[in-house]
Amino acid sequence: MLKSLNVKKLSHSQLAIPLFALFLVIVFNAFRDISFFSIHVITNNYGNTVFSGNLISIINGASELAVLAIAMTLVTAATKGQDISVGAAAAIAGSVFVRVLRANDITMPIILLALVTACIVAIIFGLFNGALVAFFDIQPMIASLILFTAGRPIAYWINGGATPNVDSPLLSYIGSFIPGIPIPSPILIVIVFGILVTLALKFTNLGLYIQSVGINEKAARLNGINPVLMKLLAFMILGVCVSIAGAINVCRIGLINHETILIDIEMDAILAVAIGGNALSGGKFKLAGSVVGAYIIQALTITLYAMKVSSTAVKAYKAIVIIAIVVIGSPVVQQHAIQLRNRLFKKPIKLTENN
Amino acid sequence: MKSLKKLLVLVVAVSLLFGLAGCKKSQGSSSDLIKVGIINNPPSESGYRAANVADFEKVFTKENGYDVSAFYSLKNDEQLNAASQFITDGVDYIFLSAAATDGWASILSRAKEAGIKVFLFDRMLNADPALYAAAVVSDMANQGDTAVKWLKAQNLDKYNVIHIQGAMGSDAQIGRTAALDKEFAAGNMKMVVQQTATWDEAEAKKIIESVINSGEKFNVIYAENDGMAKGAVAALDDAGIKHGVDKDVIIMGFDCNKWALRELLAGNWNYDGQCSPFQAAVIDEMIKTGNIPSKKVISEEKGFDAKTITQNDIDTYGLGD
Repeated sequence: MLKSLNVKKLSHSQLAIPLFALFLVIVFNAFRDISFFSIHVITNNYGNTVFSGNLISIINGASELAVLAIAMTLVTAATKGQDISVGAAAAIAGSVFVRVLRANDITMPIILLALVTACIVAIIFGLFNGALVAFFDIQPMIASLILFTAGRPIAYWINGGATPNVDSPLLSYIGSFIPGIPIPSPILIVIVFGILVTLALKFTNLGLYIQSVGINEKAARLNGINPVLMKLLAFMILGVCVSIAGAINVCRIGLINHETILIDIEMDAILAVAIGGNALSGGKFKLAGSVVGAYIIQALTITLYAMKVSSTAVKAYKAIVIIAIVVIGSPVVQQHAIQLRNRLFKKPIKLTENN
Repeated sequence: MKSLKKLLVLVVAVSLLFGLAGCKKSQGSSSDLIKVGIINNPPSESGYRAANVADFEKVFTKENGYDVSAFYSLKNDEQLNAASQFITDGVDYIFLSAAATDGWASILSRAKEAGIKVFLFDRMLNADPALYAAAVVSDMANQGDTAVKWLKAQNLDKYNVIHIQGAMGSDAQIGRTAALDKEFAAGNMKMVVQQTATWDEAEAKKIIESVINSGEKFNVIYAENDGMAKGAVAALDDAGIKHGVDKDVIIMGFDCNKWALRELLAGNWNYDGQCSPFQAAVIDEMIKTGNIPSKKVISEEKGFDAKTITQNDIDTYGLGD
């Protein structure tokens, strides 16, 4: 009884930890240098009036990670494991995107075609991972290890050369700014995508089904849910997200480097899921937590850049903060915190949340 | 369990057989051709490597009097096996760009005993120089020196430099960083920021953004490859900062990709340092003339200035497309 109450309480306050962590990063920066938050209105080199500042950089820079974190959450929930090939898959999707663009004159329909082609290819690769997981019951991390290793060489093969370039003002509309809109386009893409996913989860049973497969596969099957289908679906959604992330990244710079595009993003995406308070062992999930997690990771990076932390040490500092967040969010620490609070205030355990 | 082991042995044996067959593919062709075995890293490694492999394919052809077998791997042990196979095949020359610098001494002495001349290209390895005929290599430190010399020749009033580094510990990063570090230490230039973007274009953009957001003044961006320079420029464009010839910020890159040299020609960038993948012609000449001027030949590597670069330079020295 006691345990079940605690579990319920934890799931209630799932967003509390990530939001608190984000709050801490903000307070830290406010004390360090309040001008960190200043936003300027400037004219960029293409004559557009745009917003600029660290906050914009954080939200803009985290776009790919936010999109991938959403998909990673769904895969985690359904399969009780993580896909570590998202970076490599994004390299493949981005390469396909670039290949189609380079084969044609770049117009809006061609960009759309390139994106759809990239989506299809990424979904096929997602299904490959999904099939290994769903049909053969292989651990997701092991299943995706294959693509993790082979993905970037495949991406090279698609364009047959290193750093192929694509230059067009239309691409910079996607990667930086649309004329007349002062907010970077990747931010807008994430907002639109986030709304679409939220609506899809709200108005269909998808979220519930994925969750139930993750919690108890047998029970889900007995209730008429097809676990194989749900797992495959999660990997297909991942495919779509991977190609969106890959395309955004290509459009930012106007070239693709198959070796470096979104490198190590899989680790950040998994971290975002964990920071967001989602169990990496699957089951219940909260997309908002993962998205907040993505912004925390980016905020940390930008803060460290702003503090001019030496390049070799950035990752170490990031690791320290992230360990702290994950440990504070862990059930063991939370349990102790609750017990401590009860002892101090001599109150029975309540369902209300207060942090 | 036992059968599994047998299967494993079989698989390994078969794959070895195929691997070696790959090296042997051009055995038995006419004897007046010079037999050459090339050991290199695979072209997919980088744009540099793709150009390097293409350069050797262009120079060492049947028409030019060579019978070539090539083996590509990123793994030293596979390269060693291939070298051993080349020796057994009785090639006249071995050209070698080793994956790792160690472990080559014994195979090189075997080659020497067999009367096979070995040419190192692209990079050095740890072995007695007596074991190979000559080395035609790049000097990354020299590339850094050339670039910094150019930068000093610009005679700016002050040098506020943003330095974006490649993957820490790589040959190219160490060489290209050293020259600039010397200037920072001597106080000739002010280091605004020194960060690694690990060759990642998007990361380079984020680093520049953070400097712009901090409001610090800078007038030089020294990026250790073309991709990161491009990322940096994207950040400047977003922030409305003018860059290039006679503008506010000097842009420097390395590697001489064709697209980067075109940016120079358009005046958007100021400098691009060459990392020459073209060693085949030098080796070809050494073999044909039998004249080896020195044991270690450092490829001549240029630095291109936006003010003087021509379309001809792009066609001759540019990599990729």
